[in-house]
Amino acid sequence: MNRVVPGFALSLGITLFYLSLIVLLPLAALVWQATDIGWSRYLAILTGARTFAAFEVTLTTAALATLFNAVYGLALAWVLVRYEFPGRRLLDALVDVPFALPTAVAGIALSALFAKNGWFGGPLAGLGIEVAYTPIGIAVAMAFTSIPFVVRTVQPVLEDFAADVEEAAATLGASDLRIFARVIFPAIFPAFLTGASLGFARSLGEFGAIIFIAGNRPMKTEVVSLLTFIRIEEYDYPAAAAIAATLLGLAFVMLFVVNMIQLWQQRRIGTGD
Amino acid sequence: MASEPTSTPQPQVPAPLLPDPLLTDPLASGAPGANHAPRRIRVGDGPATRRVMIAVVLVVTLLALVAPLAAIFAEAFRQGIAAYTASFASSDTQYAIWLTVLTALIVVPINIGFGIAAAWCIAKFAFPGRNLLVALVELPFSISPIIAGVSYLFVYGAQGLLGPFLEAHDIKIMFAVPGIILASLFVTAPFVARELIPLMIAQGSEEEEAAVTLGASGWRILRLVTLPNVRFALLYGAALCNARVMGEFGAVSIVSGNIRGQTNTLPLQIELLYQDNNAVAAFAVATILTGVALVTLVAKAIIERLDAARERTAGRPGH
Repeated sequence: MNRVVPGFALSLGITLFYLSLIVLLPLAALVWQATDIGWSRYLAILTGARTFAAFEVTLTTAALATLFNAVYGLALAWVLVRYEFPGRRLLDALVDVPFALPTAVAGIALSALFAKNGWFGGPLAGLGIEVAYTPIGIAVAMAFTSIPFVVRTVQPVLEDFAADVEEAAATLGASDLRIFARVIFPAIFPAFLTGASLGFARSLGEFGAIIFIAGNRPMKTEVVSLLTFIRIEEYDYPAAAAIAATLLGLAFVMLFVVNMIQLWQQRRIGTGD
Repeated sequence: MASEPTSTPQPQVPAPLLPDPLLTDPLASGAPGANHAPRRIRVGDGPATRRVMIAVVLVVTLLALVAPLAAIFAEAFRQGIAAYTASFASSDTQYAIWLTVLTALIVVPINIGFGIAAAWCIAKFAFPGRNLLVALVELPFSISPIIAGVSYLFVYGAQGLLGPFLEAHDIKIMFAVPGIILASLFVTAPFVARELIPLMIAQGSEEEEAAVTLGASGWRILRLVTLPNVRFALLYGAALCNARVMGEFGAVSIVSGNIRGQTNTLPLQIELLYQDNNAVAAFAVATILTGVALVTLVAKAIIERLDAARERTAGRPGH
């Protein structure tokens, strides 16, 4: 406890008061509304065909988006850390575009790109691939908004990775691929998993980027966040509360997963080396 | 293991593998740096692997990140500059710009204040529950804006916790500007705090402690010692917070009620124009927010550069 520097009570007081008012009170109200509807009705809402389909669509497209970002994000982080080339700094700055660009803007931009006469939609239609108004479109939007997660979690770990470890492996005659698989990847794996989990969590709740490209057909291309929104517009508050509370529960599960990964990582660093 | 050949002709000092990007002109790179030191054997350093990796990543990035940005401007100027500028003539759009700026002017300073307070108690003191507090500060990042909007409805809406009380006193929060501000506060609460906390922990409290022994008051220390030390992180956090406030869509679309010319912020106005089949206007309005986003990213790049330069002159290790 630091007893020299002043302002502990004041700063902690402000922080707790503000968090209670702005974050905890609304979330408590949501949980209160959800518990108010009763267990059997809650289950009935969640297992209703349309809600169930929305969760199914959301989880599968989020998994697809995460898979894409796991590969692309890892490659991007690798290229940014390991190679020097003209435009590297610009590339590094571009990674943050999905965080800085409003989701609604990303949404209309992606739907313009993948429209029938769009830059991507035209050529893809020629190949018989439809993206707009299909689950693939949802996955594209989710992938776009969560690109930075894997890159930004893997990048610092890869930067700190000691060169002598892989040099040792190389002097022992291991091939590049083998060194990557057996030495480098295990070292960055916890960070990689953290980034992928964060991206997945973000995709589960994504709304703005998706609704413009998804087509939003119930049972087919309707995501959970949109269904929540629709229930609110229909004044069906119990259903909105039940779905939103479930989504909140999923967010907490993902947070727990990320924390477990980080704990595991710290323990590994503590005992390793 | 001790008998491993340790005398490979390599420099003992871990020379930077990459030429320092902050000191070298990025356009002139390729020539210096790499050729000076004896080549280290590192994974993926082969010319073929290197070229393929860079090329693949650049192509995917071009498609995934650059194309959407380019599409926004291409669509906005599809019918020429006159149609572009005419998009801003509607009073609803002008109102949306005003409301968005107003929201940012209220939300960003409040969350700067919160960020400083949270970082102060978390970084300068050890207390039970500190890790839990950090998790709480970052919680809004993990929660869908839609959940945030719905939650606020259940507090301040007609059927919410405080609904009857607010109605009795004729206070309107939902489907009005206060609701938009509250939802934006929730969504952007962690931005400044998250930039400040790790930096202030890394910097320690020695300078503040010295200031205390010299008799400075808490406010004076904050103003003259702590804030100057973290000013770049503070600026960056504020810039990100601002971009996010101006672009927030999900939470705001639930609490605002989408009333034209009354509760429409810029992202909602973009949606409205797009649904009205007025794509040029929608993209024209979107260029404003894209501009804000790009300025934020440029600011980030500049701030990182200044920060690195400052660390160098201060003689701190570069990590």
